[in-house]
Amino acid sequence: MTEKLSAPETLLSASLQPESLSALIWRRFRRHRFAFSSAVVLLAMVILVIAAPLSGYSATEQNPKNDFAKPSSEHWFGTDELGRDIFTRILYGGQVSLAVGIFSTIFSLSLGIIVGALSGYYGGWIDNILMRITDTFLIVPVVFVLILFSALLRELPGSTEYRNSVWIVIIAISAFAWMWPARIARGLFLVLREKEFVSASRALGASDSRLIFLRILPNSLGPLLVSATLQMAYAIITESGLSYLGFGVQPPTPSWGNILESAQVHVYRAPWLAIFPGLMIFITVMAINFIGDGLRDAFDPYVVHEK
Amino acid sequence: MTTYIIRRILQAIPIMLMLSVFLFGVVRLMPGGPLAQAERNPNVTPEQLAAMRVRLGLDQPLPVQYVKWIKAFILEGDWGYSIKFRRPVADMISERLPATLLLFGVGFLITLLIAIPIGVYSAIKPYSFFDNFITTLSFAGQSVPVYWLGLLLIVIFYLVIQNPFSSGPLFPAGGMYTIGKEGDIFDLIWHLVLPIIAVTASWIAWYSRFLRSSMRDVLNEDYMRTARAKGLPIRMVHFRHGLRNALLPLVTMMALDLPAVFGGAVFIETIFAWPGMGRLFWDAARGRDYPVLLAVVMIEAALILFFNLLADILYGFLDPRIRYD
Repeated sequence: MTEKLSAPETLLSASLQPESLSALIWRRFRRHRFAFSSAVVLLAMVILVIAAPLSGYSATEQNPKNDFAKPSSEHWFGTDELGRDIFTRILYGGQVSLAVGIFSTIFSLSLGIIVGALSGYYGGWIDNILMRITDTFLIVPVVFVLILFSALLRELPGSTEYRNSVWIVIIAISAFAWMWPARIARGLFLVLREKEFVSASRALGASDSRLIFLRILPNSLGPLLVSATLQMAYAIITESGLSYLGFGVQPPTPSWGNILESAQVHVYRAPWLAIFPGLMIFITVMAINFIGDGLRDAFDPYVVHEK
Repeated sequence: MTTYIIRRILQAIPIMLMLSVFLFGVVRLMPGGPLAQAERNPNVTPEQLAAMRVRLGLDQPLPVQYVKWIKAFILEGDWGYSIKFRRPVADMISERLPATLLLFGVGFLITLLIAIPIGVYSAIKPYSFFDNFITTLSFAGQSVPVYWLGLLLIVIFYLVIQNPFSSGPLFPAGGMYTIGKEGDIFDLIWHLVLPIIAVTASWIAWYSRFLRSSMRDVLNEDYMRTARAKGLPIRMVHFRHGLRNALLPLVTMMALDLPAVFGGAVFIETIFAWPGMGRLFWDAARGRDYPVLLAVVMIEAALILFFNLLADILYGFLDPRIRYD
């Protein structure tokens, strides 16, 4: 008897069961064609970059006899002024550039969320002080200050290994990029702290940190994820730009930016030096921007695809 | 309005001071301070070093040094001497500023001329073929690194495509004038083409997108329905009633973007050897010329603050709904 009933019952409950939020967001994200294909491209890029040791060439070993070789079946993207294979250097450089992008995003987003959460949740004088500091950072001419910082940090005493560390670049970029997520987080916390579910939780005796991290933060996930994609695109472009100007990741460690740096001098002789590293930055940043756009649509319940 | 402006200026002062303390502290506390080069030079005796220290006031406590420096900077316009060129920094900056203002002024104008029609048309016909095409293109524009675009333009228009009338390249790859043609306006325009394309590409992408969404918001307003209902020609509705309101947030947006715009100057001017502030800064950074670096950052920050203030005041004039008191 019970067995007979259970079959239609499960069928019924399966069809009536509401779709989980993450499934809904995933479905909406997948429908955004550009965003979904961008996610695939980005994943392929990550795999390619991790597989760099398979290329068979070294990223740093010089071979002056074979300098400025044109792109060929042996050297897909040609060689640079020291005879190094550009394709290999781009793969290794991608490891550095993507790592800088990921870690800068983690640092700047975390700092921004903390500042924004304190500001939006507590309000009052805390909000006032934190927002004045944020305003000050927002008027800083970032590229100039980053170059100044980078120039100064390299004058520090100590081993060159420490001075030329990629972490310096990551920290410098994060230190001047947390303001945008901070403003977004503040706005979200200002609105959400007044919501009923927060009041209910507070009435049950939840502490401030519990309300901030376990109640409000998870509900701000969508806009903060979108902000993370913007941070990552910004970090990758900034790292490459700084390295391109000679103030970011220092040779011989390759990064997409400092491969381009040598292109600045040799572009007239070897145009391929200029084309390929920049193309990788461009593709990666565009993919991240499309993913951000897809996430924005997927998290926004009001977006209707008018197609 | 006047009280508002005064209050805003009073608010700007602590921000500027905070920034100056920060910059001064960073430059002075670092071991590679103003005397780093002299310290490394084996020909400079310790006595000479001590004398230099006294002459530059470096023997005094840091707060005293700071007050002296900021006083001279603001009140006397004394921005220090370049270590490398042994010239007043103020002179160097006043030589370089016009080139930057020219490049970015023209760039801004062209951006508006192209971005406004694109944004309006995309907003009026959303999800049309044109709009979708522009959307995709603007993602490319927002993602392209300005330094790479500059290099690509040099490859395409200097190396590959040749001028059909002479044997030379189609556009010059750098500088402001051809040597011997200084002051020739046509030569200047010829030199401006590539840097302008490089700077405006991403601006056009950002601003046309921004204007599209701002225009779409305005199109849903009640007063737009009223304007249409009373039988105004649709063009008039869109441009007189719609665009004017949609352009308002763009003013604030542009002011907020200024730090990024100045940052872009470093790249563009480096790639195209444009004799502006960005190029000056890059050269100074490579030569560790700290007085120049400090002065340029201070001036840029002051300009950014000034334009932000100007944007807020302008906003009050453009939008009568906003009342400052």
